[in-house]
Amino acid sequence: MPDLLIELFSEEIPARMQARAADALRSRMTDGLVEAGLTYAGAQAFSTPRRLTLALEGVLGESPTTREERKGPRVDAPEKAIEGFLRGAGVTRDDLEIRDDKKGQVYVATITKTGRPADVIVAEVLEAVIRDFPWPKSMRWGAGSLRWVRPLHSILCILTDESGEARVVDLEVDGLRAGDSTEGHRFMGEGRFSVTSFEDYEAKLRRAHVILDAQARADHIWQDATNQAFAAGMEVVEDKGLLAEVAGLVEWPVVLMGQIDETFLSLPAEVLQTSMKEHQKFFSVRNPKSGRIERFVTVANIETEDDGATILAGNQKVLSARLSDAKFFWENDLRIARAGMDDWIEHLGQVTFERQLGTQAARIARIGALAGEVAPELGADPGLVVQAARVAKADLSSEMVYEFPELQGLMGRYYAEAAGLPPEVAAACEEHYAPLGPSDDVPGAPVSAAVALADKLDMLTGFWAIDEKPTGSKDPFALRRAALGIIRIVLDGGYRIQLDRYIDAQLLRHKISLHRARASEGEIDTLEEVLKEIAERGVFGAAFHAVMDKVQGKDGAPETGEGSLLRSVGGQVPDLSTDLLAFFHDRLKVHLRDQGLRHDVIDACLAMPGNDDLTLLVRRATALSDFLKTDDGENLLQGFKRANNILTQAEEKDGVEYSFGADVKFAETTEEKALFAALDTAEPQIAEALKAEDFAAAMGAMAGLRPAVDAFFDAVQVNVDNQTVRRNRLNLLSRIRDICLQAADLTRLEG
Amino acid sequence: MVEKTGKPRSFQEVILRLQAYWAAKGCAMMQPYDMEVGAGTFHPATTLRSLGSKPWAAAYVQPSRRPTDGRYGENPNRLQHYYQYQVLIKPSPPDLQALYLGSLEAIGIDMALHDIRFVEDDWESPTLGAWGLGWEVWCDGMEVSQFTYFQQVGGHDCHPVSGELTYGLERLAMYVLGVDHVMEMPFNDPGAPIPLSYGDVFRQTEQEYSRWNFDVADTEVLLRHFQEAEAECEAILAQPADDPKTGQRIVMAHPAYDQCIKASHIFNLLDARGVISVTERQAYIGRVRALAKQCADAFVTTEAGGHAA
Repeated sequence: MPDLLIELFSEEIPARMQARAADALRSRMTDGLVEAGLTYAGAQAFSTPRRLTLALEGVLGESPTTREERKGPRVDAPEKAIEGFLRGAGVTRDDLEIRDDKKGQVYVATITKTGRPADVIVAEVLEAVIRDFPWPKSMRWGAGSLRWVRPLHSILCILTDESGEARVVDLEVDGLRAGDSTEGHRFMGEGRFSVTSFEDYEAKLRRAHVILDAQARADHIWQDATNQAFAAGMEVVEDKGLLAEVAGLVEWPVVLMGQIDETFLSLPAEVLQTSMKEHQKFFSVRNPKSGRIERFVTVANIETEDDGATILAGNQKVLSARLSDAKFFWENDLRIARAGMDDWIEHLGQVTFERQLGTQAARIARIGALAGEVAPELGADPGLVVQAARVAKADLSSEMVYEFPELQGLMGRYYAEAAGLPPEVAAACEEHYAPLGPSDDVPGAPVSAAVALADKLDMLTGFWAIDEKPTGSKDPFALRRAALGIIRIVLDGGYRIQLDRYIDAQLLRHKISLHRARASEGEIDTLEEVLKEIAERGVFGAAFHAVMDKVQGKDGAPETGEGSLLRSVGGQVPDLSTDLLAFFHDRLKVHLRDQGLRHDVIDACLAMPGNDDLTLLVRRATALSDFLKTDDGENLLQGFKRANNILTQAEEKDGVEYSFGADVKFAETTEEKALFAALDTAEPQIAEALKAEDFAAAMGAMAGLRPAVDAFFDAVQVNVDNQTVRRNRLNLLSRIRDICLQAADLTRLEG
Repeated sequence: MVEKTGKPRSFQEVILRLQAYWAAKGCAMMQPYDMEVGAGTFHPATTLRSLGSKPWAAAYVQPSRRPTDGRYGENPNRLQHYYQYQVLIKPSPPDLQALYLGSLEAIGIDMALHDIRFVEDDWESPTLGAWGLGWEVWCDGMEVSQFTYFQQVGGHDCHPVSGELTYGLERLAMYVLGVDHVMEMPFNDPGAPIPLSYGDVFRQTEQEYSRWNFDVADTEVLLRHFQEAEAECEAILAQPADDPKTGQRIVMAHPAYDQCIKASHIFNLLDARGVISVTERQAYIGRVRALAKQCADAFVTTEAGGHAA
């Protein structure tokens, strides 16, 4: 069986697209061949900056001949139907057979697909693959109409049989005729050469200074770089993304290590690293003794007589120019930082955060207010938190962050340190953005956590206030990430926060900013008073009504009637708040489901009061989940369900709620009396455990009821004729229900 | 063939060698366009001639102005007035990369000693409604040229596709000549009776224009000129194609395009004066693009634009 070799040789393919393109060439070619009946034994795809290569081993020499029978219309079907069938099957009437069928006599066509030689199929499939290749961006060139990522120069396509004989596949795409030749390295190769097989191709490429395999190039670069660094007593800073990119920029990697000029070593390591990586694709080399980045590694695509001296000198020069810029930014920034960063903070007053939500400065003020309020709950010093919130985003105005946006936060920390601010404040400048992704750490320090929480909650309430919630796949402001960030901060810190209250307060702050410009006299003052009341009372509704009562009827008081600003804000905030809390709960469900908690367990706990206290909620859910995994838990749940079913039916029938309290004096059987005793013992235990929020203990005490409940259901019939006994037993079941429902809404559990 | 021996000795020799090289390769040696532009691409020899089906090959130096880049002549690499060398060939020849590398050899870059790389860089000009795919070309880690295959200009698909090469002349020459500060670069031959440095020629103008660009240019006047250029461009294109005086069909694509160039440059000046807010910026760019598009629409109805008479 022959082997197939394909190479598509073009001008330089962007590094980021190479690996995926090689994959696409492999999967599309093999899919196409298999579809046409050509199977193969093995496939390998490769990429370099100038070529995509596919090597297939053991391809069938020709596709097998296939026969397919297709049943057609009845012989007495209308002429049109028969003609349509003939067209579809690609046969003539003479080819049809007549057979008996349930429906009567029908026509049957036998369609024979004769096997075709491999080269014909390969040519067909390859042309289709080239013409419809999934490049992220493609182009035309010259006067042609073919599209490729950059001009396509040659197609190598050969089939090599067992004897080693190679045949060029007859194929032409837009004037490019497939052949058996290619070329090597742009500068170190020596013209075109022909190949007879994949082995021959790979070996000749290597002689022409091309390493075909991207992984081999990456390995070579990494090994050489670490060796050179090691010899100098240094270590290369690992960067897998950069390594893959650099391996896609060269066909013949030559690793060169150079020195960073002494004058730049005072720059923060991250600045050196970012500048070198982003602008020049250099690796950073660290001196483990000093901990500083002192050298760089660049990868050239050529071997030179002077061993890269000219190349290295040129690179060094470019680096110096770049780092001069960085140093200039750093020094200018430090001057402003040391002066307290006031210029930057002021500048943020001119930077729009979002058209409706106003400037960055306004946002920072809101974050500061909220962060200060929430600080004590996180065990953070409110003074430090307010200070941190004020400067946390100052670095956005710095020249360094303007140049390298990815350094935001980190530069903030450096500048806060330079400003002589407390270490907690400096840390918050960096950490308040976290967590950015699911694998990102949560800020642990209380000051950082408070600012992070306020930052994210301000985002969420802001976009809720202007009705820009995420929909489907659209979440341009990453609000889902922000909500999950808050959830993780609260849960990781074990913070007990009544989230509802802060959502209300921040929504109100947004409403105040949104209406400030057009509000009538006294309206904004009144709303600000509500804000203060929320801090006192912890609930929006009570705070709002208290203030409204105070204002109404006073001389010169703002309008409070239907349709007034105060009324409409008073109506909007609770609705938005409920909606946002539901959004949090949705994110929490996803988060907990990932951790293995069943959705019905979560629902059972969400139905309990205080569900805006996420830590409490999760504690309850975890305890319930653990409880349900035990036999006692599962059986008690069944007992509860049975009790609840009987009760619900009786309550529906009788139109009353059985919650009068059962009396042991009407108990007739031992099991009934035993259940009374068990409940009497368990009730105070459970109540105490719940008071202490020890859900595991409460559920443990509930589990203790199981034998009594089971025995009761085994021996006692509830719906007896004696109505006194029946009512008493129903009231007894009601005690079970009440006890169980204190822990969670077990009616929501499945199974 | 150009003589490749030795390195050039001055800025002007780099330019002269490029001129000789591309002339030998068959390009029409055009002269700079006689208006203020931000880049060589604005020259009608590129913008308009990349449109339509007629083959074209031109090369020229284009003085370019970027008011916001002014540094009073103090920054070693930044200038508000600098030179670009521009080559445009339509359809792009299959050996354009090799031709380009030949031009680097012509100015004294030895391919066996240097590391030349083609690094992805897609080009887009929002003001011209144009985009293309290509690379920035690196020599030893430094960007020395832009290499672009035009796909669309003025909202029109390019058929055939033009290949465009843009060399930043000062930077390239500084590298070839081994100079660290642009002002210290020899402009003419250092052995000439009156040797002149780049600074001798341009330091003072950099200062003068930096001051004017940033602090003095009258923004009211500029705003008015922008509107006038915009109105004039549209008025020119609104004229009927048939000239009543000569009785000929004369579409005035070029005069209209001059007004578009003018509006674009005035926008750059306003930007440098810091009087254009972020939101307004997009609106201004959109207005210039609308002009460029109308000029392109007009040009493709002319003979040079491939319209059959």
